Amino acid sequence: MTELMPFLKSLLSVPGLSGYETPAMRLIEDAWKPLVNEMRLSRLGSLEALKKGTAAEPRPSILVATHMDAIGMMVTSIKDGFLFMTMVGGVDARVLPGTPVTVHAGASGEDLPGVVVQPPARLLPASIGEGPVPLDQLMVDVGLLMKDVAAKVRVGDLVSYATEPQEFAGDIIVGHSLDNRASVAALTVALNELQGKTHAWDVWAVATAQEEVTLGGAITSAFGIHPDLAVAVDVTFAKGPGANDWQTHGLGKGASIGFGPNIHPYLFKQFKELAEKLEIPHEVDVMPRMSGTDAYGMQIAAEGIPTIVISIPLRYMHTPVEMVAVKDIQRAGRLLAEFITRLEPDFINKITWDE
Amino acid sequence: MKSLLQKLTETFSPSGYESAIRDVIRAEVEPLADEISVDALGNLVARKGKGGKKIMIAAHMDEIGLVATHIDANGFVRFTGIGGVYPQMLMGGRVRFANGVPGVMYTEPLDKPTDTPAIEKMFIDVGATSNKNHPIKIGDVAAFERPFLDLGDRVVAKSMDDRIGCYVAIETLRALKKTPHEVYFVFTTQEEVGTRGAGTAAYGLDPEIGIALDVTGWGDTPGRKNFEMYLGKGPAVKIKDGGMLADPRVVDWMIRTAEKAKLPYQREVLLGGTTDARAMQVARTGIPAGCISIPCRYVHSPSEMVDYNDVQNAVKLLTAMLGAPVEL
Amino acid sequence: MAETTPKIGNSQIKLLEKLCNAIGVSGDEGEVRKIVLEEVKPHADDVKVDALGNVLVTRSGSSKDRVRVMLDAHMDEVGFMIVGDDGDGIFRFELVGGLDVRQLVGKPVVVGKNKVPGVIGARPIHLTTTEERQRKIPLDQLKIDVGPGAAGKVKVGDRATFGSTFKRVGPSIMSKAIDDRIGVATLIELLKFAPPNVDLCLSFAVQEEIGLRGAKVAAHYFNPDMAIALDSTPANDLPTHDGEENIFYNTKLGAGPAIYTFDAGTLNDPRLIRFLAQVGDEARIPYQFRQPGGGGTDAGSIHRSRAGIPTVSVSVPHRYTHTAYSLSRLDDWKHTLALLHTALTKITPALLAEERR
Repeated sequence: MTELMPFLKSLLSVPGLSGYETPAMRLIEDAWKPLVNEMRLSRLGSLEALKKGTAAEPRPSILVATHMDAIGMMVTSIKDGFLFMTMVGGVDARVLPGTPVTVHAGASGEDLPGVVVQPPARLLPASIGEGPVPLDQLMVDVGLLMKDVAAKVRVGDLVSYATEPQEFAGDIIVGHSLDNRASVAALTVALNELQGKTHAWDVWAVATAQEEVTLGGAITSAFGIHPDLAVAVDVTFAKGPGANDWQTHGLGKGASIGFGPNIHPYLFKQFKELAEKLEIPHEVDVMPRMSGTDAYGMQIAAEGIPTIVISIPLRYMHTPVEMVAVKDIQRAGRLLAEFITRLEPDFINKITWDE
Repeated sequence: MKSLLQKLTETFSPSGYESAIRDVIRAEVEPLADEISVDALGNLVARKGKGGKKIMIAAHMDEIGLVATHIDANGFVRFTGIGGVYPQMLMGGRVRFANGVPGVMYTEPLDKPTDTPAIEKMFIDVGATSNKNHPIKIGDVAAFERPFLDLGDRVVAKSMDDRIGCYVAIETLRALKKTPHEVYFVFTTQEEVGTRGAGTAAYGLDPEIGIALDVTGWGDTPGRKNFEMYLGKGPAVKIKDGGMLADPRVVDWMIRTAEKAKLPYQREVLLGGTTDARAMQVARTGIPAGCISIPCRYVHSPSEMVDYNDVQNAVKLLTAMLGAPVEL
Repeated sequence: MAETTPKIGNSQIKLLEKLCNAIGVSGDEGEVRKIVLEEVKPHADDVKVDALGNVLVTRSGSSKDRVRVMLDAHMDEVGFMIVGDDGDGIFRFELVGGLDVRQLVGKPVVVGKNKVPGVIGARPIHLTTTEERQRKIPLDQLKIDVGPGAAGKVKVGDRATFGSTFKRVGPSIMSKAIDDRIGVATLIELLKFAPPNVDLCLSFAVQEEIGLRGAKVAAHYFNPDMAIALDSTPANDLPTHDGEENIFYNTKLGAGPAIYTFDAGTLNDPRLIRFLAQVGDEARIPYQFRQPGGGGTDAGSIHRSRAGIPTVSVSVPHRYTHTAYSLSRLDDWKHTLALLHTALTKITPALLAEERR
């Protein structure tokens, strides 16, 4: 049994940027170890954990992918003790000025605390004026002397958000990297629920690497594991200031079930009906084109895999203050577990196109 | 060995039409490799060693080029680019079509003489006066025509991107007397249109490690900022580019080897663009992949410049890497 | 005596009409799939619907030394998805595939599996300002209106498409979704007349318009020796505003099937380009080369699947792409069918024995 909140907070306190997921992976490995039968690392660094089912061999399998990588920055050049950056994943530079960060200094092996600074207007190109300062003009100041910075920091070193996770009233958690560590937590909830229950299918719980850059972890794990079904658990946009259109869902109003071309309509129907039957609060997340999740890559792995997206509403995506309702994490986890325990050995033969 | 580099860079082979350069490279590597093959997309695969760790080295043979879209009533050839072709690099330049026909490029009048022409407004003049019995037909491809230039340490050519990678691969194969690995030197096709050949080659070979050899940009000419990359300061070890994060284990392997062999190297964080390493990384169950880059000025112009010392050091680095056992 | 070569007659045109009138927006190709399944089953050795909804058909030849040839046409069309319910039968929608919003205003549409009719209206000209009329109406101001009485018959997630129906006009046809139902109809005819020298692998693919996704997994499944993607491509052969020579026609109506050399997704295999042109020359079937440039077909994902597959694209030209009415010439369709059928009968292992050059 893994306690949800301490585990989630630990996940929100480590970097684990795309391509460099090891710090997050270690925590997940420890949490999952008692919950699964086998674990291995893929060649790209995805953590692939197998919880064996009870059906006769060859046993069908379901892959549940939650990406563990986080967005962040990387040092491109060092000038007079200041660090210039590029982004790893999609970062809106407008949220960065004044943001506390950690510079993972490669030459010294230290984690240096720093802050993103916006140079005074007179030092910037006149064209910027009162407008937002683009990423290539922002710098990180680590407060050290120029020569020490040069000795400790190298081009290619990672820079991660340093905001501490916080609990808000009403079962709300705030922090960086809730995209997508919230989903890792939901999958962990599901693995907890599966303890002591029987399930016919093999369950591959996969904490995928590099989703924010190439979807590379999910593409390659889906190819390697070659499951019969695949689920991507990711975050979706929660309603909130400046986010109220059809793409948004209520914070704390339940997990979202994806619908669209990346989702097999039969799986959608099964998940929806199950959520209704169990009275698990949920909304439908329509995705007219690409889903923007690991499902996009997994669906077309090898000769194709029936795929679905389950998502957790999250406010302020890709900022250092992402916000999620903890009960949505629990609901997503429970929905996954209930779906898995109900998978009959011949489920795959029942999948039809409703026409 | 600059004569080999001259031969490689002066050969005509835009993306999708790599047969000429493939023949040139095959003649070079045939005596050096244990086995040679060509796959469905035209990738040339030269294997060295057997039974050890499967390592794929990818250097792309193709170059950017042009393709005829229309022959107008007065015999002018309208065209579009194959790969990243910038109109400002073309004005007044010369090209040659696959069938040997040369031509010069110009543009319809611009609104202001200082404007950059749009490629749709440009044309190739091959000396024809009508579309009757025209030597070019729709779909014919052309490449830059520009002789190799030897400036001493610095060498200049069209298609240095990525014949310089091919050169490094060939010279490494020559220098590599023995290897504990099973190394596949793959001279890939169609990189400039989206790393297509490397993706299918990686699928076919299923290597355990992938290394691309390609050019990177530069930061050492007037006005260039925020990119620390210098000609002559050594080959670059790619950490990140616009399309991928190089596998940190492969990065470590390169740096470890360079430091042990006392070879100069630079750390590369490139903002835009990517290489065959990305295509290898996501093939099949995933391939730990990285890239040794040659700093190159004026990329995708007809005068791409590299430092020959960087090239030789890249050969030494790769030879050292492939000559010894490795555990990532 | 039984026919040995396929023809375009009334029954083929009827089938095309049925296919064009079906709704099959990317990701929801069920209605087209149903028609295809009915048509192919009597002629196939094996029929499978895969995880994405592709219809994958195999028919083996009988001679020795057969070539495994994949033929692909996509079932999906561009269209809309309902994403928001504003009440009273008025719905917000998103575009699926490459549509120009200027083509949507004032059009009848059909929504969902029950084909609920609706319209995309516009503010009356009386209520617009001169300045407003200078700008295009943005998507978020366009709504699908099915009328208050049908409000309960439409739900978020439903797909919609143009409500226009198939017409024959002299030598031409006018319809939505000619791209690529004309390819689908052609594949069905080629299956009926499959020659013995090839193992035919037909992919009736999904999700072409949103990233060539169905064809990717289809090609992986079939693992063919070579592939031909059959699609429909724009003919922009209209006069220019200034009377200058049109140099951006892409293809021309009436000039026969368009063979691709280079597009945004594919550098077509030169061996197959030469082969098709030679077949056309020898059999005196007109053909044209599509102007190299942007756009693309399922070939873009087919040729990159597995260890690489030699691939070429051929298209029936149509004017007015991705609108309520595209327009094609029946003769171009006939010549496309003839070129492909003749080509299939002439494919031998020697075609791909030499390396690509």
